[in-house]
Amino acid sequence: MIAWILFHLFVFPGMLFTGILGLLIGWFDRKLSARFQFRKGPPLFQNFNDFFKLLGKETIIVKEAVKSVFIIAPLAAFAVLTLISTIIGLALFYQRGFGGDIIVVMYLTMTFSVMVILGGSATGNVFSSIGAGREMKLLLADELAFIIILLVPIIKSGYQIRFDQIIAVQQASGPFIGSASGIIAFIIGMLCIQAKMTLAPFHIPEAETEIVEGPFMEYSGPLLAFWKLNHYMMYVIFPFLLILLFWGGFQFQGIGILWAVLKYVLIVTVMIIIKNTNPRIRIDTALNFFWRYASPVAFIGVILAVLGV
Amino acid sequence: MKANKIPIGPFHPLLEEAEYFELTVDGETVVDIDMEIGWMHRGHEYISEMKTFTQSIYLVERICGICSTSHPLACVHAIEDIDNIEIPLRARYIRTLVGELERIHSHLLWIGLAGHFIGYDTLWMWAWKYREPVLEMFEIISGNRNHYGMMRVGGVAKDVDPEKITELYKHLDMIDKKMVMVAKVVRDDPVLKSRLKGVGVLTHEAAVAYCAVGPTSRASGVPWDVRRDEPTDAYDLVDFEVIVLPNGDVYDKAVVRVLEIIESGKIIRQCLEKLKTVQGPIINNVKEISPGEGIGRYEAPRGEVFHYIRSDGTNRPIRHKVRAPSYVNIPTFTASCKGIPIADALITLASVDPCYCCTERSIKIIDQKHGHQQIDLLKSSREKTERIRREIHGN
Repeated sequence: MIAWILFHLFVFPGMLFTGILGLLIGWFDRKLSARFQFRKGPPLFQNFNDFFKLLGKETIIVKEAVKSVFIIAPLAAFAVLTLISTIIGLALFYQRGFGGDIIVVMYLTMTFSVMVILGGSATGNVFSSIGAGREMKLLLADELAFIIILLVPIIKSGYQIRFDQIIAVQQASGPFIGSASGIIAFIIGMLCIQAKMTLAPFHIPEAETEIVEGPFMEYSGPLLAFWKLNHYMMYVIFPFLLILLFWGGFQFQGIGILWAVLKYVLIVTVMIIIKNTNPRIRIDTALNFFWRYASPVAFIGVILAVLGV
Repeated sequence: MKANKIPIGPFHPLLEEAEYFELTVDGETVVDIDMEIGWMHRGHEYISEMKTFTQSIYLVERICGICSTSHPLACVHAIEDIDNIEIPLRARYIRTLVGELERIHSHLLWIGLAGHFIGYDTLWMWAWKYREPVLEMFEIISGNRNHYGMMRVGGVAKDVDPEKITELYKHLDMIDKKMVMVAKVVRDDPVLKSRLKGVGVLTHEAAVAYCAVGPTSRASGVPWDVRRDEPTDAYDLVDFEVIVLPNGDVYDKAVVRVLEIIESGKIIRQCLEKLKTVQGPIINNVKEISPGEGIGRYEAPRGEVFHYIRSDGTNRPIRHKVRAPSYVNIPTFTASCKGIPIADALITLASVDPCYCCTERSIKIIDQKHGHQQIDLLKSSREKTERIRREIHGN
């Protein structure tokens, strides 16, 4: 039993699987973005090369940095993402739930942003602290909409918060994305993910040409490698979460495998298209957007879900 | 919240060249801006005084990699101004042709960079891809993509043959289509519009007070263009409009540049049309420059560039002064950057298309050990010379 738990946590569907798939899909992102921009793009294993090269580099710790927080933040964030990926993966691949799945995932995703903020503000660099401040504002912006859309599958599955039951309901009576409330929640969810992953147009906290990668500015070597890995792991976690909550999970018989891959790639592709066709917006515009438009629309989705549409 | 100082530079992804800006911010709002220029000083004026007139044209070409026609053009204007040298008509058209091509490639470069600065890397790559045919046109005309070496005192170095003209037309057709598309993107994209509209406003009064030049001033409603107002070369023989917009924000600066690209395309077409019919020499051979002084001006992509040259009748200038457009455009940041968020301030810094290499004619020397400044050093150097002279001559 313990061995199985460790296997799930460290190999499949946890750390190793999510890490490798994340780096591969990261290549897909880089390649597709490159094709958008008339560039050639990196070779398939470029992300792995980058990761292992960074692991072998020296870690420079700034004199003014709070050393313990500086080092713990990326590793804790990595641990958090591993946990989320295990919970989501177990529900998707083994139809297993724990109890408070949605609430746990909600808290853990927030914890990741908190780790970014801690890591950024621990460096004592003015760019990093601005980045951390922006990350906090962005978290405040997207979190409300994100929580509201999580209510939709809960309501539609007859007030279940276990992932396996949400999937079971969808497999019995069709995915939630087929309904009006489901599609609204899915679209708002895509936007929230874009903000949670700090992809364009929400790459405000790490704006390269303004604040030079923001919170990650002072990181180098293995710690930076973990931040990069964290970023690519989110390319797995969030699309999987959307598929789980709104698109009926995966079926692994016959054509179902192809359909599963297609769903995943489709969501990632839409994310990359949004990423490549938008400039960076200001942090106040982002707040405005999420609080004034996205959250009310998400709320309408919830009302529709209660009405059963 | 305590006011923080954010250093932008000397090395920062926003700046292609070394430059230092210090933003004093309160939270995300810029309350003050300080700038320090002189990091890219290369002593061009002094070197130019060591060179012959012909060599100094090549030298000023290397002041800036982007304005590599504007500087030589202003320089030859200055030298020609000393003796009022006549320039053959065909050479005038070729000069205008090269100058306008440079405007297109410079503005496209800026549009790309501006896209990069606001996190729109796709626009960056697309703009630079469409800049490529312009560089190919330069290659057809002069054999070089960046430093053309076309300008000579009294004319130009290379002729544009009829077969080259047909090739140029082909490239021009290609560029024109793309430029209309880029103009459409910049003017109609709602996201770009909402990001840039009303950002970093340089008012008409401020533009006049800071003597801003080029697209920076024309976007603030100052209708000044050397090409139209004091025409040189073939500018009085071609039709074009000077684009002036009233608002002074970054969006208007972008639109001015985009529309100028289209105007430049028109000028290039007229020049090519004329080059088919106008025959004659391309250079008026000048044997020597008489003593005197002359000024040369040209509307570079970034604004008016000014060269002053004094000759004493030998083959080299005894004084060569360069004033690049960015020198007056950079201080406008104090008017346009205060009270706006950091994200807006940085795109405003980029919006005047600053070229620091062009700008830096002065240098500040500080003796780190004793804190002496340049003037102290000069003084002590003179004192020492005086002391040694007295020791030798004894009075």
